[in-house]
Amino acid sequence: MHKPIFMAGLLFAAHVTQAAEPPVNPQQLRDLEQRVRELEAAKAAADKTATRQISNNFNPAISLILDGKLSGFSRDPGSYALPGFALGEETGPGEEGLRLGESELVMSSNIDDKFYGQFTAALTPENETEVEEAFIETLALGGGTTLKAGRFFSHIGYLNPVHAHAWDFADQPLVYRALLGNQYGDDGIQARWVAPTDLFLELGAELFRGDSFPAGGAAGNGKGTHSVFVRLGGDAGESHAWRVGISRLDTDAEDRATGDETAPDLFTGSSTITGVDFVWKWAPDGNPKRTNFKFQTEYFTRDENGTFDPASSGTPLAHDAKQKGWYAQAVYQFMPRWRAGLRADRLKADAVDAALAGTALDNAGHRPKRASAMIDFSNSEFSRLRFQINKDESRQDQKDTQWYLQYVMSLGAHGAHSF
Amino acid sequence: MKTLNRVFAGLLTLLATLPAAAEIRVFACEPEWSALARELGGDRVSVFTATTARQDPHHIEARPSLIARLRQADLLVCTGAELETGWLPMLLRQSGNAGVQPGRPGYFEAANHVRMLEIPARLDRAEGDVHAAGNPHIQTDPRNIGAVATALARRLAEIDPAGADHYQTRQRDFAQRWDAAIKRWEQQAAPLRGVRIVVQHKGFPYLENWLGLRQVATLEPRPGMEPTSGYLVEVLEKLKREPAKMILRAVYNDDRASVWLSERTGIPVVTLPYTVGGSDQAGNLFGLFDDTVRRLLGAMP
Repeated sequence: MHKPIFMAGLLFAAHVTQAAEPPVNPQQLRDLEQRVRELEAAKAAADKTATRQISNNFNPAISLILDGKLSGFSRDPGSYALPGFALGEETGPGEEGLRLGESELVMSSNIDDKFYGQFTAALTPENETEVEEAFIETLALGGGTTLKAGRFFSHIGYLNPVHAHAWDFADQPLVYRALLGNQYGDDGIQARWVAPTDLFLELGAELFRGDSFPAGGAAGNGKGTHSVFVRLGGDAGESHAWRVGISRLDTDAEDRATGDETAPDLFTGSSTITGVDFVWKWAPDGNPKRTNFKFQTEYFTRDENGTFDPASSGTPLAHDAKQKGWYAQAVYQFMPRWRAGLRADRLKADAVDAALAGTALDNAGHRPKRASAMIDFSNSEFSRLRFQINKDESRQDQKDTQWYLQYVMSLGAHGAHSF
Repeated sequence: MKTLNRVFAGLLTLLATLPAAAEIRVFACEPEWSALARELGGDRVSVFTATTARQDPHHIEARPSLIARLRQADLLVCTGAELETGWLPMLLRQSGNAGVQPGRPGYFEAANHVRMLEIPARLDRAEGDVHAAGNPHIQTDPRNIGAVATALARRLAEIDPAGADHYQTRQRDFAQRWDAAIKRWEQQAAPLRGVRIVVQHKGFPYLENWLGLRQVATLEPRPGMEPTSGYLVEVLEKLKREPAKMILRAVYNDDRASVWLSERTGIPVVTLPYTVGGSDQAGNLFGLFDDTVRRLLGAMP
């Protein structure tokens, strides 16, 4: 109704302006038109996204990790062994040739103002689904205290709670492979507390069901495994950050099966792991984007005391021995997107009684070791391609040259990584 | 027994040296918000800044020192809009601090209090690191700082009701000085209107919007991706057709791409402090914009 009048007014105003001022030059006019277009586009986008934003906030963050490898070994991976160590499941160098890794599906969200939840399913290349992690965590206890319950990776050590896709090498350190069955995760509860100090101090304790290696059989009515850990960390100037930790995992095993699937070796007894870990990171001015450096090392010792029944023969033999190992690795981002790394691994198992000679626990006078080098390229923080080569001396008197060409990609939500 | 006594005595001394309980402890993700918290809080607040001007707030490690500081904070002040998404969620979960979790009064996101620009109509990682909530680099427009100041003063009063008058008085005083300064900067920067610029990262839309600068190219092929030589050649070609007056980069950006382009085109590089502490002159919020405007004008022929 008022539109014609308004338009007339506008025309009149335009006419007056034009009459009163020198003509606008074409460049200015184009600039103005461009700005109007930009503003309109921004507004349209704002209107469009307003609703989507709201509905999105209530959905869990979802991310999917895709992982695949091309591997080559100079020795048959089927013959892989670490003399002196009874190995848990899937603890070898993997399979030769082209092979899909585990695809991980992660969903996480604040459940409400008091709880956080996370679920990680691992889809194995054998088309099996494993619940890798499924836990809830408190947000509102305050006072630096957090409780966690469900299935999760124990916070012992530095690398244990880190998911495989975030490792800096294509495979686990030997000490994790031998003593922790790659990574210790189980059903349990955890309490941790951060001290109110500028120096980071965290204390934590966990209680587990005790179903996975190095525990087994859910001893002690399904709560026979427990752990404690202490972490200390801080900065040294703007460019350096560090963390040290000590941890201890006490497990009870009942008929823990290792080795051959049809006639496994069975261990019953206690297995106690003690470890120290240290990580140091450097980035110029604390800005890791162009170059950065990371050094980490961990040492673990395991004390097993009980009976070992080789190949389920029905005649358990007394077994009381210590096994230990360490690794140290350094990864340097020498230019944006490119990193190179070196790693050294050592293991040592105590000699065992003559009765156990010839079993997996017989170290055969050998101390397994390995040296690794890797280089990786990340097109963005969501994609990574890696080449790695290992000089592996896990087996006695047999050198194995292992190489991996790997991709690790993440789709979906930004995963926030821990230090 | 004696050693135990000594330990207790030591602990007591330690407690005595901790900041007085009355002080509101602020954990600021970026230096601009710590500067603002100091302007508004004065001596009622003690402020810790998680990042420096030389760090890219997209890429920060969830360092143990940051967890320890967040554990003790009464108020967290961050940009939000997913700028800190790679590290802040981890700090929040690890800190065990209930008061600063999202949704609580102790959790303050500056981006909620300004009008966001560059909200993407399409979310696709092929476009690079885009933020669904819009471009998070809001601190380059002083009018945004003013809007955040009003909201932050209100939030401080909510956390520390006894100091409500204190915060309100300081906010009014700040707003007065700030508005006057904005007028001054706008007058000084008038010649910059319509000037065509190249930026390293899409980090200046608010500055462009404020001063009327016209962005014609970015050095990053996609937001968050490092410039590649192939892409820089494309930018070089484009600039031959559509020349620009200056190349802007934040002090934390790698300088090689901008220097390379500048050498071939003769277009000057302007390194902006980007936040408080980004240059010697940018010691506080006023200095930040004094220096920003001065550097921009300095590159004009």
